Amino acid sequence: MVLTAPPVKARGLVKRYKDLLAVDQIDLNVNAGEVYGFLGPNGAGKTTTLRMLLGLIMPTAGRVELFGRDPIREGARALDGVAGFVEAPRFYPYLSGRKNLQMMAALDGGGRSERVDEVLALVDLTDAAEKRAGAYSHGMGQRLGIAAALLRGPELLILDEPATGLDPAGIRDMRVLIRRLAREGITVLLSSHQLAEVQEICDRVAIVRSGKVVYEGPLADLRGASGQSYRLHTSDDLHAADIARAATGIHRLVVAGPELRFQASEADAGALSLALGHAGVAIYTMAPTLASLEDLFFELTEGTATGNRQPAVDVTSTPKATQ
Amino acid sequence: MSHAATAAPPAQGTRRRRHPSTLTVLRWELRKLISQKRTYLGLALGAIPPLIFVVFWNFHEGPDRHGGIFATEITQSGLATPVLMLLFESAFLLPLIAALVSGDIVATEDSNGTLKTILTRSVDRGQVFAAKTFAAMVYAATAVFGAAAIATIAGVASWGFHHVVTLSDTVVSAPEGLLLIVAANVFVLIPLLTVASIGVLLSTVTRNSAAAVVGAIGVVIVLYIVTAIPGLESIHPYLLTEQLQAWQGLMRTPTDWAPITHSAWVCALYALPSLFAAYLVFVRRDVAGD
Ligand SMILES: Nc1ncnc2c1ncn2[C@@H]1O[C@H](COP(=O)(O)OP(=O)(O)OP(=O)(O)O)[C@@H](O)[C@H]1O
Ligand SMILES: [Mg+2]
Repeated sequence: MVLTAPPVKARGLVKRYKDLLAVDQIDLNVNAGEVYGFLGPNGAGKTTTLRMLLGLIMPTAGRVELFGRDPIREGARALDGVAGFVEAPRFYPYLSGRKNLQMMAALDGGGRSERVDEVLALVDLTDAAEKRAGAYSHGMGQRLGIAAALLRGPELLILDEPATGLDPAGIRDMRVLIRRLAREGITVLLSSHQLAEVQEICDRVAIVRSGKVVYEGPLADLRGASGQSYRLHTSDDLHAADIARAATGIHRLVVAGPELRFQASEADAGALSLALGHAGVAIYTMAPTLASLEDLFFELTEGTATGNRQPAVDVTSTPKATQ
Repeated sequence: MSHAATAAPPAQGTRRRRHPSTLTVLRWELRKLISQKRTYLGLALGAIPPLIFVVFWNFHEGPDRHGGIFATEITQSGLATPVLMLLFESAFLLPLIAALVSGDIVATEDSNGTLKTILTRSVDRGQVFAAKTFAAMVYAATAVFGAAAIATIAGVASWGFHHVVTLSDTVVSAPEGLLLIVAANVFVLIPLLTVASIGVLLSTVTRNSAAAVVGAIGVVIVLYIVTAIPGLESIHPYLLTEQLQAWQGLMRTPTDWAPITHSAWVCALYALPSLFAAYLVFVRRDVAGD
C-alpha cells in the first residue's frame, strides 16, 4: 500500500514535435523533501519536460504522476500542492503585481489572499506591488513568479531556470530562499543550464542532453567518478609540457599558470613521472585532482568524451548513467 | 496500482485543496476585461453612433431633413432613435464589437503566456473556457444594451417619450415601444452571441488575436457577399447575416415570431458546433506559447 506517492514520478516521457524528439524517454523520480536539479544545455528538453509535468502539454508517450495523480487525466486536481512556472513567469501586464497575485489566490480556490502581502514582502516587491506588472523589469517579473508560486503554499515547487535575469544579489537571494523552502520540507524541482546554480543546493540531479537523461544521481557521485585528473608542478614546466605531449595516455594537457594539468590513468601518470625524472625535470607536485564539475557537465552534455572516458558512475538509485 | 494512489491515502487528504467555482473564474475574466483599453474601444464603437446621430439631427433639423422611412418618426418620438440605430448597427458594427473581444479572449492570453499562468493554478481548462466564453458574451450583451440605452436616452431627451410607429405602420404606446426595444435588443443578441462563438473558436484555434478578430468579422463579410450573389437566394434564410435582422419581426404588429424562432435555431447550428469544437481544442491543446 502506497502511503505517500512521490512528488514527481515520470515514466517514459516522450514529446515529439514533427521530426524533433524534444524529449526522448525521460524517467524522473523526485522524492519528498529533496531539491532536485534538472540540468541541461539550451534546447535539451528541460522546459518541455516540465510542461508535461504541469499538464500544459500532452506527452506523445509516457506518463506523469505528481503525488500519484496524473495532470493530463485529472486536470487541476493533480496540481493540488504543486506550484511553479515554466520559462519566464507571465502576468497580466495591465494589472498591478498585487492584483495579479489576488487573481492567482482566487484561482487557487481563495482563502490565501491574506498571504499576498506576505509573499510580496518575501520577494521584495512590496514597494512595486501597485505598479502594473507590464512595467516590471525582467527580474521583478521573475520574483513575482516566485511569489505567485509560493502563494499556493506548495509541497512541490517546479521552477524553470528561476535565476534567469536576476542580478547577483537576486541569484543569491533565490538560492537562500530555495534552501529555506527545502528546510521547511518543500520538494523543489529546479531546472537550470548553469551547473553552479544547482551545485550548491541540489541533492540530486538529472542531466539531460537532446531529450535524454545522460546522468541521474547525486552530483558528488558524478564528481567522484572522474578521478583521473592531475596537477603537475616541476622545475621546468615548459620542458615538462613537451615531454607530456610526447608521452602516451596523457590527455587534455593544459598549461595553467605555474602548473600543468592533464588527464591520464594512474599508470600513464606514473610513466610520465619516470620520463620527467629521466629528462632531469624535478617533480615538485604531481597530484590527482577532481575534475571540475563544469568539465564533466560539458562532457556529458556536449559529448566531448570520445568514448574512452565514460564516467563510470556508481548510480545506486537508478542505473541511468550512459555515455 | 493507480487506484491505490487515487484512493486518497491520509497524506493526500491534507493535500486536497479547495478549487474555485467557475463563477470566480468568470468574475476575474470580467475584471480583466474591465482593465483593458480594448474593452472600452468596443463599447465606444457602439455608443458613439447614436450620440453623433442625435447631435447631428438636432443641429440639422430643418428644411433639408433627410428622407427615408424614419425621417418624420424620428422627431415624433425619442423611441424611434434606438430602433433606427439598431437597424444601422446590427448589420455590421455590433458583429464587429462582438468579434473584437471574443476573438481576443483566448488568443491574447496565449501570446502573453498568461494562459499557462492560470492553468497552473487550481482551475480546470473547462472552467477557464466556460468563463472566457461567457465573458465574451457578457461583453457583447453589454455593448448592445449600452448602445441601446444611450440611443434611447439621447432620443427621448431630444424628442420625448411618445408613442411610436412600428415597421408595419401601426402605432404602439410609449411603454410598449420601450418594451419592444428591450426585446429587440435581446433578440439581436442571438446572432451576435453566435458571432462571438465563432470568435472564440478562431481565438482558440489560431492563437492569434488579430487573425481571430479579422476572421470572425471576415465570416460576416463573406456571408454578406454570398447574399449578394444571384441565384443563391434559397440559402439566404440559413445565413448568419440574415439572422442579424430577425429582431425586426418584433417591430411589426402583430408580432412576427417566425423570423425570430427561425433565427434561434439557425444561430444554434452555427454557435453550438463552434463552441463545442473550441472547447475540445482548448481542453486538449498544448499550452506552450510564450
Ligand atoms: N512548441 C514547440 N514546437 C516545436 N519545437 C519545440 C517546441 N517547444 C520546444 N521545441 C523544441 O524542443 C527542444 C527542447 O526545447 P526546450 O524548450 O524544452 O529546451 P530547454 O532545455 O528548456 O532549453 P533552454 O535551456 O534554452 O530553456 C528544442 O529543440 C526546441 O526547439
Ligand atoms: Mg527552457
